[in-house]
Amino acid sequence: MLSLRNFECRYGSVRAVKGINLEVASGELVALVGANGAGKSTLLQALCGFVPDWSGEISFEGSPLRCPINPSEIVKKGISLVPEGRALFPPLSVMENLELGAYVRYRRRDHRNIAEDLEFVLELFPILRQRTKQPAGTLSGGEQQMLAIARALMAKPALLLLDEPCTGLAPLLVLVILETLVQLRASGITILLVEQNARAALGICDRGYVIENGSIALEGSASALLADANVQHAYLGKECRL
Amino acid sequence: MRYLFFIAAVLAAGFLISSPYKLQLLTFIGINTLLALGLNMLMGYAGQISLGHAAFYGLGAYTSGILTAHYHWSPWLGLAAAVVLAVAAAFFIALPLLQLSGFYLGMGTLGFGMIMFVVFRQMSLTGGDSGLVGIPGLSIGPLSLDSPRNYLFFVWAVAIISIFLCERLINSRIGRALRAIHDSERAASSMGIDTGKLKVHIFVLSAMLAAVAGFLYAHLVSFISPSSFDFLVSVRMVTMVVIGGMASVWGSLLGAAVLTILPESLTVFSEYEMIVYGLVLIVIMILLPQGLFRGVLDIYERAGSKPGNASSRCQG
Ligand SMILES: Nc1ncnc2c1ncn2[C@@H]1O[C@H](COP(=O)(O)OP(=O)(O)OP(=O)(O)O)[C@@H](O)[C@H]1O
Ligand SMILES: [Mg+2]
Repeated sequence: MLSLRNFECRYGSVRAVKGINLEVASGELVALVGANGAGKSTLLQALCGFVPDWSGEISFEGSPLRCPINPSEIVKKGISLVPEGRALFPPLSVMENLELGAYVRYRRRDHRNIAEDLEFVLELFPILRQRTKQPAGTLSGGEQQMLAIARALMAKPALLLLDEPCTGLAPLLVLVILETLVQLRASGITILLVEQNARAALGICDRGYVIENGSIALEGSASALLADANVQHAYLGKECRL
Repeated sequence: MRYLFFIAAVLAAGFLISSPYKLQLLTFIGINTLLALGLNMLMGYAGQISLGHAAFYGLGAYTSGILTAHYHWSPWLGLAAAVVLAVAAAFFIALPLLQLSGFYLGMGTLGFGMIMFVVFRQMSLTGGDSGLVGIPGLSIGPLSLDSPRNYLFFVWAVAIISIFLCERLINSRIGRALRAIHDSERAASSMGIDTGKLKVHIFVLSAMLAAVAGFLYAHLVSFISPSSFDFLVSVRMVTMVVIGGMASVWGSLLGAAVLTILPESLTVFSEYEMIVYGLVLIVIMILLPQGLFRGVLDIYERAGSKPGNASSRCQG
């Protein structure tokens, strides 16, 4: 579904992503883990058109993406991102944020079942249902994170990119989100999950990539990575528990 | 409901007031409401500024004025031509300008306003500085709009319909997208909103409203000259929007009313108009950034000592 060949991103003279090869097959749930500053967010942002200076080849569903990537076209093609900073619209209400999530479906002529999908995400995060009229900026951090995920789901993406979706959430809710991702995958959405919490991420994923300093250091099935001594040492410190 | 009340108010004013001067003043308020409304769609909702909107106002007035006075077209064809020309001009300048944002857009529209002002002054068709005379009045079929009262009703009918349509637009999906752009263009684009295209469209819409206002103005006064469409007029429009409140459709009406009546009732105003606008802009920005309409409403609500309405103040 998504394939990156020799993918590089630069910020001026800084090479944040250095020649990465990465594949996500249709229906897969893939983890991308790595330390702070490794280039994970850069990779996702570039895919969504927010890092203008990139090179290499990107292909999505068989067709190549060309150099200036237009963010609004990417969403239309079916790639939605839950970004690191959440990027909600703070003055707009929760409901308006969700409705904006579905905006692209009108452009895609896929807007028949929006009401049902709204019901689905509110079922998923019942707390949002009580807050539909509240400005998004007044939600708690965790609630904002839920809203960001819910809003991305409203776009009915074929490929969902998540940048550390569990950050700032209570442990119970982390489980809910992870479970949700598994559920979404089962419903046919392909997912690329960026996480600091490698144990949690690899626990639910099929495959994983470990990125270090902008390059892929390791890749393999999730279970193999979890068992890998280097990964255990660097990303799964003994004390690290959910 | 609001509309019924409003229509009743216009009808009452039209029938109760007999002084032609006052009727005309009310008519000017209606015309200025159209100007403020259009600019508010751009400034208040999409968050883009235009410092050259008088150019579209003038384009509407001169296009219809020239076609009717020189070439004896029907004013309604003149109106169509005015709108088409304004839309074309808006597209033409919006495409490059709206790729930019913030200050650049302000500068670009300022430049456009200046160029159009020079065009109005220098062209022989426009009559140059001495103006264009002999613009005919309007009539709808057999009904002449020559009387101040009829013209008042006509202008306000146009204004009310425009307010209604703009309100509909704002409460639609497109309106939400505009507010999203206002908040963060980047986040809006990652919702799949084609921000560039939407900004161009809203710019064109506001230019169109300005052109319609220009048409109404030209056929009301029958004589137009470049000074009615200079930089000061653009600034006055911005001031109307700010006074009434950004992102407030009904505020546009209030802003237009204040800035139409004040210069008429205070003669000192005309000499120091620019200074007054400057001061008003500064004071409003500091004291009532929501504009008079929302600001006064908030003060009123707070005085009503309802503690829970803080949320109403953090929009936009
Ligand atoms: N806008 C920018 N301009 C310049 N350098 C940047 C910019 N954004 C990121 N970088 C640099 O690129 C590198 C990768 O950053 P990135 O945000 O992709 O890391 P990350 O893997 O997402 O880290 P984290 O886990 O902390 O979110 C960092 O060294 C960062 O300083
Ligand atoms: Mg990051």
